Amino acid sequence: MSEASADFWKRVADSDLLYSFRRSPGAIIAAVVTLGLGLAALLAPWIAPHDPFDPAGLSILDNFLPPAWEEGGDARFLLGTDDQGRDLLSAMLYGLRISLAVGFASVILAMIVGVWLGLIAGYVGGFADVIIMRVADVQMTFPAILIALLLAGIFRGTAGPGSSDSATMMLLIISISLSFWVQYARTVRGSVLVQASKEYVEAARLIGVSSIGIMVRHILPNVLAPVLVIATINLALAIIIEATLSFLGVGVPSGRPSLGTLIRIGNDYLFSGEWWITLFPGVLLGVLALSVNLFGDWLRDALNPKLA
Amino acid sequence: MTDLLSVSDLTIDISTRRGELRAIDGVSFGIGRGEVLGVVGESGAGKSMLGNAVIGLLPARARIAGGQVWLDGDRIDALPRADLQHLRGARIGMIFQDPQTSLNPLYRIGDQITQTIRTHRPMSQTEALDEARRLLTEVGISASSERLAAYPHQFSGGMRQRVVIALALAGNPELVIADEPTTALDVSVQAQIIKLLKRLCQERGVAVMLITHDMGVIAETADRVCVLYAGRVAEIGAVDDVLARPRHPYTQGLMAANPTLTGPLDDGLRQIPGSMPTIAARPKGCAFHPRCSEALALCRDRRPPLITAQKVECSCFLYHQDSQALKAT
Amino acid sequence: MVSFIFSRLMQAIATMLVVTLIAFVLFRYVGDPVNQMVGIETSLEQRETLREQLGLNDSMSVQYLRFVVRALHLDFGVSYQQKEAVSAMIAQRLPATLELTLVSVIFAIGFGVPLGVLSGLHPRSLASRAFMVLSLIGVSLPTFLIGILLIFVFSVQLGWLPSFGRGETVLIGGWSTGFLTSSGLQSLILPSITLGLFQMTLIMRLVRSEIMEVLPTDYIKFARARGLSDRVIHFGHALRNTMIPVITVTGLQIGSIIAFSIITETVFQWPGMGLLFLQAVQNVDIPVMAAYLMLIAFLFVTINLAVDLLYVTVDPRIRLAGTPA
Repeated sequence: MSEASADFWKRVADSDLLYSFRRSPGAIIAAVVTLGLGLAALLAPWIAPHDPFDPAGLSILDNFLPPAWEEGGDARFLLGTDDQGRDLLSAMLYGLRISLAVGFASVILAMIVGVWLGLIAGYVGGFADVIIMRVADVQMTFPAILIALLLAGIFRGTAGPGSSDSATMMLLIISISLSFWVQYARTVRGSVLVQASKEYVEAARLIGVSSIGIMVRHILPNVLAPVLVIATINLALAIIIEATLSFLGVGVPSGRPSLGTLIRIGNDYLFSGEWWITLFPGVLLGVLALSVNLFGDWLRDALNPKLA
Repeated sequence: MTDLLSVSDLTIDISTRRGELRAIDGVSFGIGRGEVLGVVGESGAGKSMLGNAVIGLLPARARIAGGQVWLDGDRIDALPRADLQHLRGARIGMIFQDPQTSLNPLYRIGDQITQTIRTHRPMSQTEALDEARRLLTEVGISASSERLAAYPHQFSGGMRQRVVIALALAGNPELVIADEPTTALDVSVQAQIIKLLKRLCQERGVAVMLITHDMGVIAETADRVCVLYAGRVAEIGAVDDVLARPRHPYTQGLMAANPTLTGPLDDGLRQIPGSMPTIAARPKGCAFHPRCSEALALCRDRRPPLITAQKVECSCFLYHQDSQALKAT
Repeated sequence: MVSFIFSRLMQAIATMLVVTLIAFVLFRYVGDPVNQMVGIETSLEQRETLREQLGLNDSMSVQYLRFVVRALHLDFGVSYQQKEAVSAMIAQRLPATLELTLVSVIFAIGFGVPLGVLSGLHPRSLASRAFMVLSLIGVSLPTFLIGILLIFVFSVQLGWLPSFGRGETVLIGGWSTGFLTSSGLQSLILPSITLGLFQMTLIMRLVRSEIMEVLPTDYIKFARARGLSDRVIHFGHALRNTMIPVITVTGLQIGSIIAFSIITETVFQWPGMGLLFLQAVQNVDIPVMAAYLMLIAFLFVTINLAVDLLYVTVDPRIRLAGTPA
């Protein structure tokens, strides 16, 4: 694998990756913001001023408090409180954590499923290839969010209302990732078809290296760059889809509010003047999606992989 | 006699990540009325850049850094956009290398021709159509309505290049720049196209700037030849003189490498050792000296000026009057 | 060309068959149709009779065939939740969604194409850069967030435009339209911007990159070398050659717009099909979900087919050669 990864890093260097990174302020800002938000999400239990999910710490008397600098604000709650008196800043940090966790989990699951299906389609070929690619074609006709929404709906129908929080979460992650696998599969399949026709793969096969060995040693390194780019761009999309599903009320379980859930709650109070419950989580979500997107955009331009 | 086109000391810079690079370095030449000047050199010598500069179509990264271009008494190297449009097509026509990509695939042949005619001449659509028919006949394509209504992809490569020639002549220009007009064509059609171009320009009295890397094409077509090397003129003179006795070692090398010019093959094809330096790595002094078997010590440091050596202009210290003296030092 | 159209038609039918199969499986196996239709007090025998009446004991292929034939007759069963024919529910909601979609598409194309051309021709100008930054923000922000922000600014803060519903509608031959009243038109503004913004930025970026790709090509250079005017080159030669991908993407986006209307309709409480579908998902109202799925798939497939046919008229290489290049 070392030889293969060396090849990857050589390609990274060839593409002037570092050079272009240092030259594009947008990419630097996006990377810094993404990292910062990721860190904040990771450390939420330690840096959040309150535990928003501890019922003992909540007082209904504290509800609808505006941000601390507004009239009627309370210094304990920097960004104000929501309808149940939860500290908004803390709820946002925990929400960010959940948004990012669901996003990462969906992307990784989609990547694993997609890469393997692509390898199978390209390497095994025949009937498996036809089936996998046909399903991919049909699925590509529909936008990811529709597929995720439909799957979430079906899972709700089969699982019933009494299912546990973690089961709901798992199903949500599966719904989102199932709408993403196609792009990985297509890219990997294309690369496999190109590589498999090359002499060294043929030679490896002749000297008796197993099929899986060939795939791992020779083909995976070649698809690393495009897969990385797809994953980054998908991460932004996954975060948006999760937020949207949660906003629509079919996303994360209500016991674990994500940024989308917070916005959904706040939206009910937008007209009565409690704008902060909607706007702060909204801005945070926007900044998160924008910076991940910017970073992905730059990565795509810099690595310039052939995407299927 | 004043030349139709006169280029003097033209210098073109390209801006790259590594800074400004000099693509064309002080090039001067002239083309008389009805004359065919062959511009020859390896790829990367700056031939196309030169042609594009004359018609004002330099890529965005390139700019004219010095020198002048005159066409029939008008200075044309710094024209405003609107005037350039009146110049292109009407006074200077251009033929590109690849007829596959020169024609817009989504427009009918007839529409592309009439559009060009009507841009430069006050004609009605019907008159322009008649003119288009006449032009097509002139370039050897039967001018049926069917042909006019065809799309480029329905024509063969040679036919498309004929259409391109018709388009270049549609505005009755005084000068045609032909940038490798046959390189992308089948060998069997190349000679036909070159003959057609030569004949049409002769009949119409149009001067031609023929850009090519093929000494054979030059020998057949051109009146005078200008040899470019690494963005500079190596040698320029009448084709007969240059071919009969090439002065510059580079021209000698080019000739020796061309089977049609060296005569019987048993003479042996010789290649110039090494390759032309890229634009970013041009050596000091004479750009050719690292590959030159006759290089003098001073070739490494000093750039040879263009001097007249028996009717032909040549930039090589071997022909300097005091070169022997310089050699001694 | 005939074979090209035929193969596309076959693909469309294949896709529809796959989708109806999924819808059928959904309809038949997610939850028990009988349990959904009767109350708790219904006896087992009564349930069995109902099961027999509904044909649920027939073989799978017969049931699937019946399902498809019914769908072809626009019979999608009865909503579990509303106890009303699904087709009637959809028909009642369809005008709202289609009108919203139409206005959004016009907005997306009407702004996207000119902005794309301008920023493609002058990629370094300040305005182009500003548009690109704005478009990146537009692409990155979730639709519902844009809707909420628009409501917050234009309804809550400024009070200029209505924030929910369709306003007054006029009924013309069973079609309720919001185009004929001022409140109906006003109500369309914010939702259609919300819905069309993503597509607008997409079209703009696409047109821009296509224009930038076409400008350095040989035929544009040759057109310049012939002295054609900038107007003819940019809006004739260049734009025409960018239209093929633009038509494709725009066509495909119409499908996405209809799908995304689920979100916009929720934010603006717009009484269309999207809202209906979302309520069905929340209530696990399977017949409505299955019907919506098939309807959306049908729209997608039809639009794809229309895009292919448009292709053929724009690109002579396909029209005359029979196969796309």
